[in-house]
Amino acid sequence: MTALLAKEVALPGRLSPTDLRIEGGKLVALVGPNGGGKTSLLRALAGVEDATGEVRIDGEKAGGRSEARRRRMLAFLPASRDLGWPIAARDVIALGLGRGDAQRIAELIELFELGALADRPINRLSTGERTRVLVARAMAARPRLLLLDEPFANLEPYWVLRVGAILRVLADGGTLVLVALHDLGQLDRFDRALLIADGAVQMDEAPADLVASERFEEIFRITSAQGGWAIKPADRRSSR
Amino acid sequence: MRYLILFLMIGLAALHLLWPLAPLRIDPDLGRTLFVELRLPRTLIVIGYGAALGISGAALQALFANPLASPDISGASSGAALGAVLGGYWLGFSQPLALAACGAVGAGAAMLLLLMLAGRRADSATLLLAGLAISLAAGAATSLALALAPSPFAFYDAFEWLMGSVVDRSLGQALAALVPASIACAFLLRRAHALDLIALGEDVAASLGHQPRRMAREIVGLSAVAVGAFVAVAGAIGFVGLVAPVLARRVTRGHPGRAMVPAALIGAILLTLADLAVRAIPLDRPLPIGVLTALFGTPLFLYLIVNMRRSVTS
Repeated sequence: MTALLAKEVALPGRLSPTDLRIEGGKLVALVGPNGGGKTSLLRALAGVEDATGEVRIDGEKAGGRSEARRRRMLAFLPASRDLGWPIAARDVIALGLGRGDAQRIAELIELFELGALADRPINRLSTGERTRVLVARAMAARPRLLLLDEPFANLEPYWVLRVGAILRVLADGGTLVLVALHDLGQLDRFDRALLIADGAVQMDEAPADLVASERFEEIFRITSAQGGWAIKPADRRSSR
Repeated sequence: MRYLILFLMIGLAALHLLWPLAPLRIDPDLGRTLFVELRLPRTLIVIGYGAALGISGAALQALFANPLASPDISGASSGAALGAVLGGYWLGFSQPLALAACGAVGAGAAMLLLLMLAGRRADSATLLLAGLAISLAAGAATSLALALAPSPFAFYDAFEWLMGSVVDRSLGQALAALVPASIACAFLLRRAHALDLIALGEDVAASLGHQPRRMAREIVGLSAVAVGAFVAVAGAIGFVGLVAPVLARRVTRGHPGRAMVPAALIGAILLTLADLAVRAIPLDRPLPIGVLTALFGTPLFLYLIVNMRRSVTS
């Protein structure tokens, strides 16, 4: 069971110093308005340049570790699915592993049903197909912490469900999976949800409680209506 | 495939060194002099320069995530020429190693300017325009520096060298370029894996513990040394640094970082071939090798541009 402890992780101008403590294999959703800081939190945890603060995974500091070590600790899927070079899908997955591990690659190709695409250059695949390849790349080295930015974007319904199920299996196996997402309809498959706005974590609850709260409606400026969502009337907001 | 390229390069190097055989046979002493003082430096320069262009071209293309980035198009070669002219005609350096250092400083300054103007993640148009602007400015400054140089013959002196020429260089000159460039290339090759990872995005490389910004400075600096040293000795030779990595990536299944080794071999092959052609073409005066590489490189450059346009519109 993975334990993530983040102390004052920050990204100047985007994310204020944030403490985070999540334990156990879990599926955690990051939701929030555009530009609120979901991606920044993931990037800061991934340790991109400019990120400050300390990230510990199972008590081990992630900063300053070798590539081989970091591969086993964490993996990051950025929101961009663009790849400039004509690298075959199979080889992209292999880049997620330090050394070519043919068996693991074959396993992932089967899991994501990439058999027919495996030898096609990734820049010739559709965005949804690329997403499957890149999620497979992130999972390849079996990291303990998976940071995924919008993994469901551009996926057809079948693959939304399949990727959701794959992540659930990982979480049940002890991996901690942090997922930034926009589609609130996906929230019920998560164990916990963080609401991020204005560069800080505003709420941290079970998804059902989060969605039911007034603060949630206020930040998102929407209100639940007839099983869906409606724009929150402006007068209610100004009367406060 | 890799071995085929390696054998081709070795074969061409031997051919370049030994052909034509007749003058070496006439008189053993004259033959040795000819071999050590004329043939060997020339062969070393074409192979070393070609390899340096291939490696630094591949590294720059991987770094900028753009198949058009290369020592010539980034303005590095023009910057190196300016540096060498300033060093040679204004500061009065004549030591080959000092001139190589001036070339490296010029190339580095040009590429730093490119980084400032276009940035690392520039789209092709911005990169090309910024590189073009730097090349033009450096070219004009080179002409000005030559025109106003203390020596009135500077222009005539430098003309052949500016076009790229490997004729009549001494072994000392060859080594002055070869040694620093080899060291720089060895450091560049150590970055092959990290440059492959950068294909997945800088954030992914950073999440695996690499430091993209530091790496960018390192690669720009090392490429400047590799290219600048050779430009100082043999002038600016274009297109090899653009073409060799493009061909090399066909060998490495698209991986930009590990394309550096094949790019070095292909670069060396291309430049050796070009110099063999220069020597074989019966003209009453020597043709600068840079003219030949530009002549054959331009169509491929155009092909790349058309190809890019197609991939953008499709």
